[in-house]
Amino acid sequence: MSASDRGGPQARDVNRPRPSSRLQLALKDALVATAVAAALFVPLVALRTDIGAGGGLALRFRWKEAAILCGLVFLGRLALVLWTGRRGLRPSTAPGPWTDRLQQAGRLAAPAFLAVALVLPAIPGIDRYELDLGILVLTYVMLGWGLNIVVGLAGLLDLGYVAFYAVGAYSYALLAQYFGLSFWICLPLAGIFAAFWGILLGFPVLRLRGDYLAIVTLAFGEIIRVVLINWASFTGGPNGITGIPRPSFFGLPFSMAGGEGTFAGFFGLEPSVSHRVIFLYYLILGLALLTNWVTIRLRRQPLGRAWEALREDEIACRALGINVTTTKLSAFALGAMFGGFAGAFFATRQAFISPESFTFIESAIILAIVVLGGLGSQIGVAVAALVLIGGFEVFRGLEEWRMLVFGGAMVVIMVLRPRGLVGTRTPSIALGKKRTISGDLVGEGR
Amino acid sequence: MTPLLEVDRVSAGYGAVQALAEVSLHVMPGEIVTLIGANGAGKSTLLMTICGDPKPRMGRILLGGEDITGEATHLTMRRGLAQSPEGRRIFPRMSVYENLLMGAEALVKGDPKPQLEQVFTLFPRLKERLAQRGGTLSGGEQQMLAIGRALMSKPKLLLLDEPSLGLAPLVVRQIFGAIRALNAETGLTVLLVEQNANQALRLAHRGYVLVNGRITMEGEGLALLARPEIRDAYLGGGHG
Repeated sequence: MSASDRGGPQARDVNRPRPSSRLQLALKDALVATAVAAALFVPLVALRTDIGAGGGLALRFRWKEAAILCGLVFLGRLALVLWTGRRGLRPSTAPGPWTDRLQQAGRLAAPAFLAVALVLPAIPGIDRYELDLGILVLTYVMLGWGLNIVVGLAGLLDLGYVAFYAVGAYSYALLAQYFGLSFWICLPLAGIFAAFWGILLGFPVLRLRGDYLAIVTLAFGEIIRVVLINWASFTGGPNGITGIPRPSFFGLPFSMAGGEGTFAGFFGLEPSVSHRVIFLYYLILGLALLTNWVTIRLRRQPLGRAWEALREDEIACRALGINVTTTKLSAFALGAMFGGFAGAFFATRQAFISPESFTFIESAIILAIVVLGGLGSQIGVAVAALVLIGGFEVFRGLEEWRMLVFGGAMVVIMVLRPRGLVGTRTPSIALGKKRTISGDLVGEGR
Repeated sequence: MTPLLEVDRVSAGYGAVQALAEVSLHVMPGEIVTLIGANGAGKSTLLMTICGDPKPRMGRILLGGEDITGEATHLTMRRGLAQSPEGRRIFPRMSVYENLLMGAEALVKGDPKPQLEQVFTLFPRLKERLAQRGGTLSGGEQQMLAIGRALMSKPKLLLLDEPSLGLAPLVVRQIFGAIRALNAETGLTVLLVEQNANQALRLAHRGYVLVNGRITMEGEGLALLARPEIRDAYLGGGHG
């Protein structure tokens, strides 16, 4: 029986508590949270085993530390509940000034981001380190946009996206190693191979959705990695592949020696390491923008609309005569292809790859970028990649604590904006004026 | 005259469950035919089987004289067949306009504008709500959208699965009125699956009664409505 069924003044009390009862409720809630925290922290923190004097294990108690942590949980929970109101975690989903302002800012943000990205290497004070960070962020922006096709638009939860990144990287590395093919020939090939593997993964999972799909894709990502490790005669196994050729400027190599036939010599510049870094920066920027452009174009096409419809309701799609098989496979293939492009870029940038670069945590980070950005939102994904990857760098000084900061930041963002940074969706087509459709008020996970 | 749709001794089911046992029915061009039956009688399964999912275990399905048994769903739906599925199943985060365009997907060629105009004439409410998100519509508007979406593919045969589900009586009357108008003005053939036997039989030219996956009765709509066993079983002992 719900509170409203009881009727009378009692029901009114429950629905609209007096300030004092709100405090009571918050205290109760915080105490429950503290009890849970205590149950966790006592075994995890308060009890510690050390190697004792006799070589055996000795138990050491750390009650003070555990108490401090419990106290922090109590205060944090109390503040959170008091702040968000009686219902505890009531996410701010109602379209308020927040949403409006964000939308206005969003309209300006995309061109602003693009402008900054385009002139970044020319900005004074931007050095090798900043450019390298920019390249890293853009790689993740591109991966996020690629995965966004699969997860954000088509609604297919893919936990093994890194597999396609690996396929792309190894395609380039192996083609260059065995056949001496140049980067510009290998780049499309890497995309094609990755798309092929995307379709290969797509077939067995055509009938799966949600959790089941996630598990199979997770396994697929691991299979690719394990094969790369164990097929040592072909892939170099855990040692990876070294000496992957660096990219050339359309046939002109970047060389410190300078002279005829090099980039610096051809343009009459002083040979410099930064030439290649700047070139790599613009290369990944171009690839990322290509991904974005293709996605935006496709969203306006029947195929893109079919992806989004598939995310919303697969049975309805079938009833409307949409070929669900090709729609799903095309999403997998396209997402994988962009992952493959990014992989080939990664290989040429690093000049060394090994299976260690393609672990599950990479898939998780890319997925986190997509979810944090707001499933399906292009600008949201870009901002999330900047925040996440940039954040990793900024907090590098905190060492292992940065994962805590990172985790905490994600929890805060998800409490404040449960649909991601940009949880709204603009219709891809409209008669007359376009109106942003808020993702709020729709059940989560839809 | 060949029937537009002919279901010939079709059996179908899911896994070990047999939902349909040798069901036969036909729909002539320009007819409204209703299929009534209790919950779990196999009404929706029959509509789904006509669309090719699940595939029939036995029997044949002919559309306009052509055998479509076992054909892939997306191909069947391009033959002038459209369905407004049970529970409406509109796309909640997409705008009304986008929802409608998804219905035009199965149109082999051409401009969706004429169909759009037809839908707006039938349900002017949808035109007002064009930019709104599907999920924010009321139940009746969502049903209008589901039917409108199905009409976008310019179907010869419209399959309607429980359009009255969960709607207020006034809205049900409105929706049924639209179906009647559609049939009278454009000659659209309709196969209507309903639990609301009273209204459905009043609307339809002919009706079939499905009980435990078998057709137990058939006849003209009003004639069926007059039968005492129908009144007892589906109209709550004559209160309808």
